[in-house]
Amino acid sequence: MDAGRAGPVDEALDFVYRTERGRVLARLIAVVKDFDLAEDAVQDAFMAAATAWPATGIPANPAGWLVTTARRKAVDRLRRAASAERRHRAWGELAIAWDAWDAGDSPGPITDDRLRLIFTCCHPALSLDAQVALTLRSLGGLTTDEVARAFLIAETTLAQRIVRAKRKIRQAGIAYRVPSLEEFPDRLGAVLAVVYLIFNAGYLASSGDELVRVDLCDEGVRLAGLVVDLLPDEPEPLGLAALLHFQDSRRTARSDEKGRPLTLEEQDRGRWDRGQVAKGRDLLVRAQRWGRAGPYQLKAAIAGVHAGADRAELTDWATIVRLYDRLLVWEPTPIVLLNRAVAVAMAEGPATGLALLDDPALAETLVDYHLYHSARADLLRRAGRPDEAAVAYRQARRRTNNAAEQTFLDRRLREIGDRVDSPDPVAGPA
Amino acid sequence: MRYMLIIHNDPELHPQPGGPGWDELMDGYAAFSKELASHGRPFSGDPLNDPSTATTIRVRNGETLTVDGPFAETKEWMSGFYIIECDELDQALAAAAMVPSAKFGSVEVRPVAEM
Repeated sequence: MDAGRAGPVDEALDFVYRTERGRVLARLIAVVKDFDLAEDAVQDAFMAAATAWPATGIPANPAGWLVTTARRKAVDRLRRAASAERRHRAWGELAIAWDAWDAGDSPGPITDDRLRLIFTCCHPALSLDAQVALTLRSLGGLTTDEVARAFLIAETTLAQRIVRAKRKIRQAGIAYRVPSLEEFPDRLGAVLAVVYLIFNAGYLASSGDELVRVDLCDEGVRLAGLVVDLLPDEPEPLGLAALLHFQDSRRTARSDEKGRPLTLEEQDRGRWDRGQVAKGRDLLVRAQRWGRAGPYQLKAAIAGVHAGADRAELTDWATIVRLYDRLLVWEPTPIVLLNRAVAVAMAEGPATGLALLDDPALAETLVDYHLYHSARADLLRRAGRPDEAAVAYRQARRRTNNAAEQTFLDRRLREIGDRVDSPDPVAGPA
Repeated sequence: MRYMLIIHNDPELHPQPGGPGWDELMDGYAAFSKELASHGRPFSGDPLNDPSTATTIRVRNGETLTVDGPFAETKEWMSGFYIIECDELDQALAAAAMVPSAKFGSVEVRPVAEM
């Protein structure tokens, strides 16, 4: 490709790369049963397109053209394969795969290859890091360099991670298939967790390139949409997609003009993206039609209640508490208990919320979690107990290394008239 | 593909011969062997004696060094193994989850390197 001139063909190719590479790669892996060979062949096909398309024009079905070309390139590569033994074996496998492919064109349930690919990439036998890297690299539209920058790691580190993961898929015999009905709920959960993690890596990033952060959010939203398309009968992917749209709607409102983070309460709700909110609502309504609740739908519903309040004080906290009660059935975690306690405080007053937070078991589990202390501090402040609030804010500040969080906690300490550098009293909070 | 299921246990957490839970454990292993046999594919496996019975050998410069004890002293030790044949990893993982000792210790699943 001529890097110096971005003509319409280059732009089209770039667009096709970002939108169709996953589909083409998934198809090729299904055919050649070899992740590496498929990836090389797909790369060859994109190179061929860069040469051919300026002369021939963009084909009517670019993905189809790329699959056909990549298939031919895979054959070329196998032909060149050095070892005769390997060639023999590879040809045998390819012949079988070819038959299966041709048979796949005949009637019968057609499974999008990308569905198999995403389940393989998110197999729990791979480390979470590897799952994220493989998913982004195989089904996302970002280059290795872009993925590496987004996660603040060296490109070689990411490349190694992917090589190791592909080696494990091959050598440990991780199948390229959609999980059985029995495994399905857990394995779908793993896929959704990876997509959510990708989105949050962009959303919560405290450092790094602003644009790349946005890229990861976009990739998360796009991948969630892909899972929705691939599994139209499952409500939880719709729930996740809705949740991501709701969260994404606050993207520009989450910090002030100096980049300092703002709480949900402080954000200028006029800056929330109404289009994103509407999309989230549509997706959530579609999910709820199935009548099968799940954790992502409930989290989306909570985000939806916030999105529906034009001013913070109009938030329907009673509904949020009820949604957290239901979420606890799915996720009986200390974090959900913490969030529920905050919602209870908003609905019924800070004293009730504080009583929940001061539950000895919860306090012990979350003692090292800075958000536990800052939530507690906030409720103490609202309850008119500034001295105890200051102690709790300082406890929170000691437990975070995030500069933006520290700035926020310092601001809170100043607001309640506390000197930021004052020492902790010897006695702990009541 | 062949997989080795490597069973690791901390003897303090695992039933011992004659102790509580031992008979149930043995019944569990009998049931597990029956389950493996029902698939009609070759498998093998055995329990191992404890690490105090182990001897470790190293050959350096043509000289054999013999040492009493296991390769590494750990709280959890390898107490048995199976080698089973499966189509893919998920089958091996499902089998590993059925190993009775998985409730007390852990089962490592390793593909056999086919040469």
